[in-house]
Amino acid sequence: MLRAGKILIVLCAMVLLCPGRWAAAADTLKIGSFLAVTGPASFLGDPELKTLQMYIDKINAQGGIDGIKIDFVHYDTKAKAKEAKNFVNRLIKKDRVDVIIGGSTSGNTIAVMDLVERGRVPLISLAGSVKIVEPVRKWIFKTPHTDRMAAEKIFQDIKSRGITKVALITGNGGFDKSGRAQCLALAPKYGIEIVADEKYGNSDTDMTTQVAKIRATDAQAIINFGFGKAPAIVTKNIRQLGIKLPLYQSHGVASKKYIELAGEAAEGVRLPAAGLIVADLLPDSDPQKRVLLRYKHDYESKFGPVSTFGGHAYDALFMVVNAVRSCGCTDRAKIRDGIENTSGFVGTGGIFNMSPTDHLGLGLDSFRMVEIKNGNWTLVK
Amino acid sequence: MFDQLLQFIISGITVGSVYALVGLGFTIIYNASDVVNFAQGEFVMIGAMSAIFLYGAGIPYPLALAAAVAITVVVGLMLEKFAVEPAKNASVVTTIIITIGASIFLRGAALLVWGKDIYGLPPFTKDVPISIGSATLLPQNIYVMLGTAVAVLLVRYFFDRTMTGKAIMACSCNRRAASLVGINVNRMLLIAYGVSALLGAVAGILVTPITYTSYDAGVMLGLKGFCAAILGGMGNSMGAVAGGLLLGIIESLGAGIISSGYKDAIAFVVILGVLFFRPGGLLGRADSERV
Repeated sequence: MLRAGKILIVLCAMVLLCPGRWAAAADTLKIGSFLAVTGPASFLGDPELKTLQMYIDKINAQGGIDGIKIDFVHYDTKAKAKEAKNFVNRLIKKDRVDVIIGGSTSGNTIAVMDLVERGRVPLISLAGSVKIVEPVRKWIFKTPHTDRMAAEKIFQDIKSRGITKVALITGNGGFDKSGRAQCLALAPKYGIEIVADEKYGNSDTDMTTQVAKIRATDAQAIINFGFGKAPAIVTKNIRQLGIKLPLYQSHGVASKKYIELAGEAAEGVRLPAAGLIVADLLPDSDPQKRVLLRYKHDYESKFGPVSTFGGHAYDALFMVVNAVRSCGCTDRAKIRDGIENTSGFVGTGGIFNMSPTDHLGLGLDSFRMVEIKNGNWTLVK
Repeated sequence: MFDQLLQFIISGITVGSVYALVGLGFTIIYNASDVVNFAQGEFVMIGAMSAIFLYGAGIPYPLALAAAVAITVVVGLMLEKFAVEPAKNASVVTTIIITIGASIFLRGAALLVWGKDIYGLPPFTKDVPISIGSATLLPQNIYVMLGTAVAVLLVRYFFDRTMTGKAIMACSCNRRAASLVGINVNRMLLIAYGVSALLGAVAGILVTPITYTSYDAGVMLGLKGFCAAILGGMGNSMGAVAGGLLLGIIESLGAGIISSGYKDAIAFVVILGVLFFRPGGLLGRADSERV
């Protein structure tokens, strides 16, 4: 009796799983994602998920990718690495997705990289750290700019102004620390000397002490890596102490909120930013302009103000779509090859040219140096 | 070097007066019931957030500030009425845990109502830095200091000179004896929470033009204010101010002279040192426990 029951279960399982699986593989692409939609990193995950869902619905409504419909499976990691691992395991083993997009944070992505490599599923991360694509791993890609690129962009601009002595002030968050490390590592390459390396707590209310120390050095420019309210306070404190040196912020403050908070003190501040925030200002000849304005319009007509983070998800999704279209299949390995062969793809982050040695594919020109003038962004020529 | 030192000390006093003002709010509820109200930081946040949104809705600035204080007082009264009073026979520790729960609830509610964004208030007067030698401070810093001074004098007057203040103190000394001599203990507690919320709201409104605020800003301000109150001697309004200023100056000097990376660590080491030698805090009375 027992044995009969077991056989029955196995038979049922075969009937249920196999045909469904084969049928599904033929005309649906299964995309899985694990994003931090709630929790401390929800400012990343929330626009990312909205972007994915909006465009997947759109593609399906238009008949799919050359007839291949997209089936979307999503899990919310709440930015917890442990949850990310569980969900990716489920995506690979239970949901048997063809490609994974996520996670939102570097921590979540790094936590699942070994799993993904073993599971042999292509993954496109939406997180910033350079460690995700260096060293290159076969199945892992990412779309956002790295903090190293931001540091390089800032140093290039500083060097072009003939400045050699720079003061660094950073917060105690992961983003701040990583940015600081990149600045310290890259400075010698540009012949720049870091003459002050000050730190603050991200919930501190006043940084005049640190800024006063910088004032006593012979620094010719100040770089501040951070996001949230701290960079706005730093900006105000610098102007309060009457320091007229050029101030550079990171892409962490590339939102109108920063200008609003820092007010007049933000005048003249420069920062590297992705094209999205200056889409309107780009010359018509810029190949990115059309893509940026379209994404901005699509997103804003549905959800409200656009953020660069949602743009990372847009780039990842359409890279997958292009890969699927070029091979006309939903085979994991072929999709992986397709993503790796991405060339000249115009996304919101820049123009992507992937290769077996570069799984990000963005050049420094994908960052624009912007300056705040009269409470608005302007492009630095 | 002297120039630097002057700026460090002025920065320390600036930050310290914020801590002092928040720390002062802890005093009143502590004096009334021996309870440390961990939702004090949330009063600060609610005061600031209400002011921002009322002002944003087009209400004139002074009126928006007054209304924000009123809203916070109502929240304080409701906290007492619906969370603390139903558990009136509970121990002090239980009540403290209730206030922790209330703080998490208030933070969550603020998140739902106002979202996750960071907001600021315009300064009360033009934001032109004032120079003292080579050091500078903002006019708003002076308002915070003045606000702290006025608040501490009023709190002292309230507890030392008014009948209600003395009655509140009596509740703290012995609840049963107080009710036997005809003091309405529940009413006194309600007043204490209301006044405490009022102080919190005033603190929030005064500091937000400098520090900005968000739904979770109360956590850090509450913690630092609590440290200030402990350092100066819990329950002593002058102590909270002394503790706050001292904490601010230690942080600033530690960051300026030693290392900005160890700013908080230096401050906490000093606090631990002080509490080790004077467990009652700087201005606290030496506790004589009855055996």
